[in-house]
Amino acid sequence: MKASLDWLDQRTGYRKLVHETLFENVPGGARWRYVWGSTLVFCFAVQVITGLFLWLAYSPSSQTAWESVYFIQYQMWGGWFLRGLHHFTAQAMTVLLVLHLMQVVIDGAYKAPREINFWSGVILLLLTLALSLTGYLLPWDQKGYWATAVATNIAAITPVIGPALQTIVVGSADYGHHTITRFFALHAGIIPGGIIAFIVAHIYLFRRHGITPKEPRRRPDAAFWPDQVLRDAVACLAVLVVVLFFVIRHHGAPLDAPADPSEPYDARPEWYFLFLFQLLKYFPGRTEIIGAIIVPTLLLGVLFAMPYVGRWKLGHRFNLGFLWAMMGGVALLTYLAMAEDAKNADYQAGVQTAQRDAARVVELARGGIPITGAVTLLRNDPLTQGPKIFSQSCSSCHRYDGHDGLGRQPKDKIAASDLKGFGSREWLTGFFDPALIDTPKYWGGTHFVPDSDMVKFVKDLAEYTPEQKEELRRGLIALSAEARLPAQAEADRRDATLIAEGKAAMNGTLLACTDCHTLHDQGAAEGPDLTGYGSREWLVAFISDPSHERFYGENNDRMPSFGPEKSLTEHQIGLVADWLRGAWPQPATPAAAGSN
Amino acid sequence: MACSHVPPQPDRRSFIAKAASIVIGGIVAVVPALAGLLVLFDPLRRKSETTGAVFVGSLNALPENSPPRKFEIVATRVDAWNRTPNVPVGSVYLQRTGPNEVRALNTVCPHAGCAVGYRGGQDIFFCPCHNSSFSRDGKILDPKSPSPRALDELPVEIRHGTEIWVKFRNFRKGVPDKIPV
Repeated sequence: MKASLDWLDQRTGYRKLVHETLFENVPGGARWRYVWGSTLVFCFAVQVITGLFLWLAYSPSSQTAWESVYFIQYQMWGGWFLRGLHHFTAQAMTVLLVLHLMQVVIDGAYKAPREINFWSGVILLLLTLALSLTGYLLPWDQKGYWATAVATNIAAITPVIGPALQTIVVGSADYGHHTITRFFALHAGIIPGGIIAFIVAHIYLFRRHGITPKEPRRRPDAAFWPDQVLRDAVACLAVLVVVLFFVIRHHGAPLDAPADPSEPYDARPEWYFLFLFQLLKYFPGRTEIIGAIIVPTLLLGVLFAMPYVGRWKLGHRFNLGFLWAMMGGVALLTYLAMAEDAKNADYQAGVQTAQRDAARVVELARGGIPITGAVTLLRNDPLTQGPKIFSQSCSSCHRYDGHDGLGRQPKDKIAASDLKGFGSREWLTGFFDPALIDTPKYWGGTHFVPDSDMVKFVKDLAEYTPEQKEELRRGLIALSAEARLPAQAEADRRDATLIAEGKAAMNGTLLACTDCHTLHDQGAAEGPDLTGYGSREWLVAFISDPSHERFYGENNDRMPSFGPEKSLTEHQIGLVADWLRGAWPQPATPAAAGSN
Repeated sequence: MACSHVPPQPDRRSFIAKAASIVIGGIVAVVPALAGLLVLFDPLRRKSETTGAVFVGSLNALPENSPPRKFEIVATRVDAWNRTPNVPVGSVYLQRTGPNEVRALNTVCPHAGCAVGYRGGQDIFFCPCHNSSFSRDGKILDPKSPSPRALDELPVEIRHGTEIWVKFRNFRKGVPDKIPV
């Protein structure tokens, strides 16, 4: 054994290397305060390892980036864990970098002859932040897309080279395939390459000058191995435990809905960039460049100048004061940004919509994603698109369960019926309730109250005998069956006889619906057609043109003809109609999706 | 290294060797780098395809004095090798300003590119990112707003009496002038 190790040593000199590595002198003995650098090397190694495994499954293009990340997160064995580890270790790295920087400055380890080592550390800090910024975009979700749009637009205000720089980084005038390929090359190749080069230089210089001992030295000098190595290992373990806590608590890393340039999103950067984001709010108009570029550059300039400033009598104190002030400022701005968002109801509503979209698209994706990408799943989904269109185009008059579809209160007064459950037995029972018809929930806000024939008819129902009320109930069940609502399918099947009786009642002398309305091949065309009332075909035609003679004709209240006016496309009208009818695709079960 | 063996007096032969090493070394290094640089800078020569005017909606959908309404711009989207017709490429706020006049404002904030929302209660446009606010006609409302210019107004044409056509463009963010991208 020894002979072969001797043979190896003669040819490689490995013993000297091992000795130098392990028996580096630690003046004053091992201490916990020296662990930060090692934890950072550990984190970087974790990122390289997890990053390479993620690379095995990641596909960088605007049709496949979100899709492949979704697949990693939700379908692959341990994918969520791998992604979570990469995501939260990146955040841990940012925290540890700041702690390392503070330790170096507090201990005076930046002073001569360690200037170059200090500068290489600051560059490593910047490169790591660049790694975060580029990694953020890669899942190509709403969060990454909008945050990157804002970040690159801000970079573009750099004098002279800004616009060209933006185009080169983004890879085009618009964000797309080449934005992802370029960010991926930066994230997985160019920046890590730079980091490795700087880490090598950083550690080489650190070994050349040795640890800056914290005075007073509490113990005699000792070798790096094993006491300091043990402390470093324990610190790395502690970092890993904290990271694992977050990975498991969040079940991996967050994934927003797929990027959609036509879907607004209240962009916010990762929490450690919030201070820069907040800073921009204080620089009006043309002074933006001060907040976006000049202030950060000056702060960095002071950081770089620390080794020189430190030579003056009070220099070290100035550096310490500056660092603490900067940290205080960063903390304050971060707090302000979070506090402002916490009390901003619009922002909170936006966050909720985004979370709903994110959860929904994952459900839909389980059934398989079409080649056009997951963004089309969402664009064609009534459950998420319906309320958005409703909020924008319907909620100035209508409500949905008392709100605008998205849970907000519109400023306009309710002027037409609340459409939650429209066409259902429950909704119709309310409509035909003499006490409710003229409330805002139904027709209270419309010009049909109080004089229209329909309202008079409903008001007269108060005089009905119990038998007559029973006939009305059957009529309502029959009318509701016209809608063929998915949620009522079972009840409609069960009540087939009742429905047949109800249909007859609608034609009968008591209810006499067909005196004014058309019902299949019977009746008059005075009021809206009741054939297929509330069905998809009926609702699409109605929303498209309520003033059509099939519906209200010239009696139409203020409802726009969305179709002929082309203020909504046929596709959009279909989405709202499907949403109101509760007719949207149910998520496929993972087992069913797998068997396809 | 070769330079440590340079004799004290300049030697013609060693000068040629040095010069040749540097030139040849330079050439072999520059070729792959140059090849890469061309691809790196390729996006600079591409201009985004300017779409002509796009049909957006009908005048009937915009009563006079009603609040601005948001409309999607549906056009052909080109993303490197993909060309997709009839997809949303952006959106505009339309307001009727006269019997036959419509104002169209791009919904993107000229500050950093977030989507600006319309706040009905206050009748203003408000950017949810850095709190820029704009009046109904798109002008900067609060002089402390981070936006360097008003919302970007787009040319509108009324065709066949009621059809609103908008020439949709995006502009460079963060600068006082409206420079198309």
